[in-house]
Amino acid sequence: MKRLVSLVVALLAICGLLAYTSHQLERTSGSTGAKVLNLYNWGDYIDPSLITKFQKETGYHVNVETFDSNEAMYTKINQGGTHYDLAVPSEYMVAKMKRAHLLKPLDKRRLTGWQNFDSQFLNQSFDRGNRYSMPYFWGTLGIVYNDKFVKASQVQHWQDLWSPQFRDKIMLIDSARDIMGMSLVTLNKSMNTTNPATLLAAERKLNQLAPNVKAIVADEIKMYMTQNEAPLAVDWSGEAAEMLANNPHLHYVVPSEGSNLWIDNLVIPKTAQHTDAIYAFLNFMSRPENAAQNAEYIGYATPNRQAKALLPKAIRNDRQFYPTQTTIKHLQVYQDLSPAKVALYNDRYLEFKMHH
Amino acid sequence: MTKRKTWLYAIPYGLWLALFVIAPVALIIYQSFFDLSHHLTISNYTTYFQSATYLKMTLNSVWVAFLITLFTILISYPTAYFLHHLKHRQFWLLLVILPTWINILLKAYAFIGIFSQAGLANQFLTFIGIGPQQILFTTASFIFVATYIQIPFMILPIFNALDDLNPAFINASKDLGASGWQTFHHIIFPLTLPGVKAGIQAVFIPSLSLFMLTRLIGGNKVITLGTAIEEHFLTTMNWGMGSTIGVILIVAMIIVMTLTGDQQSKGGTPR
Repeated sequence: MKRLVSLVVALLAICGLLAYTSHQLERTSGSTGAKVLNLYNWGDYIDPSLITKFQKETGYHVNVETFDSNEAMYTKINQGGTHYDLAVPSEYMVAKMKRAHLLKPLDKRRLTGWQNFDSQFLNQSFDRGNRYSMPYFWGTLGIVYNDKFVKASQVQHWQDLWSPQFRDKIMLIDSARDIMGMSLVTLNKSMNTTNPATLLAAERKLNQLAPNVKAIVADEIKMYMTQNEAPLAVDWSGEAAEMLANNPHLHYVVPSEGSNLWIDNLVIPKTAQHTDAIYAFLNFMSRPENAAQNAEYIGYATPNRQAKALLPKAIRNDRQFYPTQTTIKHLQVYQDLSPAKVALYNDRYLEFKMHH
Repeated sequence: MTKRKTWLYAIPYGLWLALFVIAPVALIIYQSFFDLSHHLTISNYTTYFQSATYLKMTLNSVWVAFLITLFTILISYPTAYFLHHLKHRQFWLLLVILPTWINILLKAYAFIGIFSQAGLANQFLTFIGIGPQQILFTTASFIFVATYIQIPFMILPIFNALDDLNPAFINASKDLGASGWQTFHHIIFPLTLPGVKAGIQAVFIPSLSLFMLTRLIGGNKVITLGTAIEEHFLTTMNWGMGSTIGVILIVAMIIVMTLTGDQQSKGGTPR
């Protein structure tokens, strides 16, 4: 009993000490006070040296907190009690947050770098007129292949994945909208269709793909592809960029007949408190040299036209991540669908998964 | 005075029951009668029972859970029996329980490493001349890992039942000339059956609702009731349908409890 009590006391003492130290550290690093910016970002989604540069230039201290899914971010901001000044949702989540009245509109008069952006990535259906969002990075959905097992010519189009030679060889990203969307493209339909019959046809088409599907997984795809576990994967360009960096045998293809174009955006949550810092940061990030540096570090495609021009030629002309204009024309941005319509996609997709 | 005290002692249990058992179950049942647009409906149940895919998935899920439970018993009973006869049995038992202190996700990732194309298992297969096989993302590997994770929960109750067994029964059986097998078959096994039943209760239902493993080890090629519930709550946001499957799971639990319930207490008490 005595030992138990001393154990409990020791544990409490350690906890207290840790809490005190972290509090002291936070105070000395100046994270509380007026000259701060609270950024809520995806993990490893900004070049840290840009944050240092911003702090030096403006005197604002940046606190970065990270999330790993749009849904997690939404839940945290929605439940309140947070003081994030900027968050980075994907396009469909911008629409959802807008609907839930979680966002503050952008004051365009205070933005100095707006003209740097490529109009292809502005004024999309998820936020007409960009009243609430400033594009941060964009990307696509495509096929990652390993040239040790697959030739480039074998996988230029979605339909190629259905070939019997790829039996048990493909990993799919576990995302209803993307996988259903891929199937819809092969059927020559819009990735935003809400016609139940078309969606049923898309599910049937996916069921035919089932023998070729090795696994339907999430982030682990990166690890598996890097370790040559599978020769083929369907994944987002951002994930692909990371895989390619770790395994020289991997390549990424955006099928020219069509695919998804996704855009991650900077938005201001309702709870934001440091307006001056927010606009200082938005303007800082839209400056071409900074956006270019960020794009080079992260490896995603920048929506900032001036920044793209500053990138090294090898990056700027990399068709894997900056597809040709013809391919871009065939890309489709996901429209914000009502929950009932999204449910149609989810149900069909779940049925496909259970079909195995 | 004493009566009042006992009543006070019941408060934590009563609160626990109300907050963590009755309220959640009531909420799940309530939720299951709402569709996506929050209308009162029984459509979730009709969808479930009219969909061949859902029924097939349920059947498949029950079959997989049955296999996991079966393999767990086949491994755990001899193990518990063996442990029971060891000298420092509490210590050896602790070693069996030790892995349960490690988070299930870490264990799953460890198995990914072992089962992958270049993993230990395939290195061994290559070494003995069979060549690398697809081990990860198969039903077999899923059942293997699930069995591994459930084994401690089966060993413990069986071990305790063996511990509670009065050795006088075994001695009596041997004195009366029963063979080793006869003693086991007629004395030991029937008397430790409650332990096995408790083990089944602790293994079968959780196996029906395993979900992280289905993705990490099964590559979503094995979909259990648990995966379907997770999917409906987290991605499709169709809480009604998720709750409906939850209700099915609760019903399955009641069935298992009834089947493995203690029948002896009914007829065994002297009047």
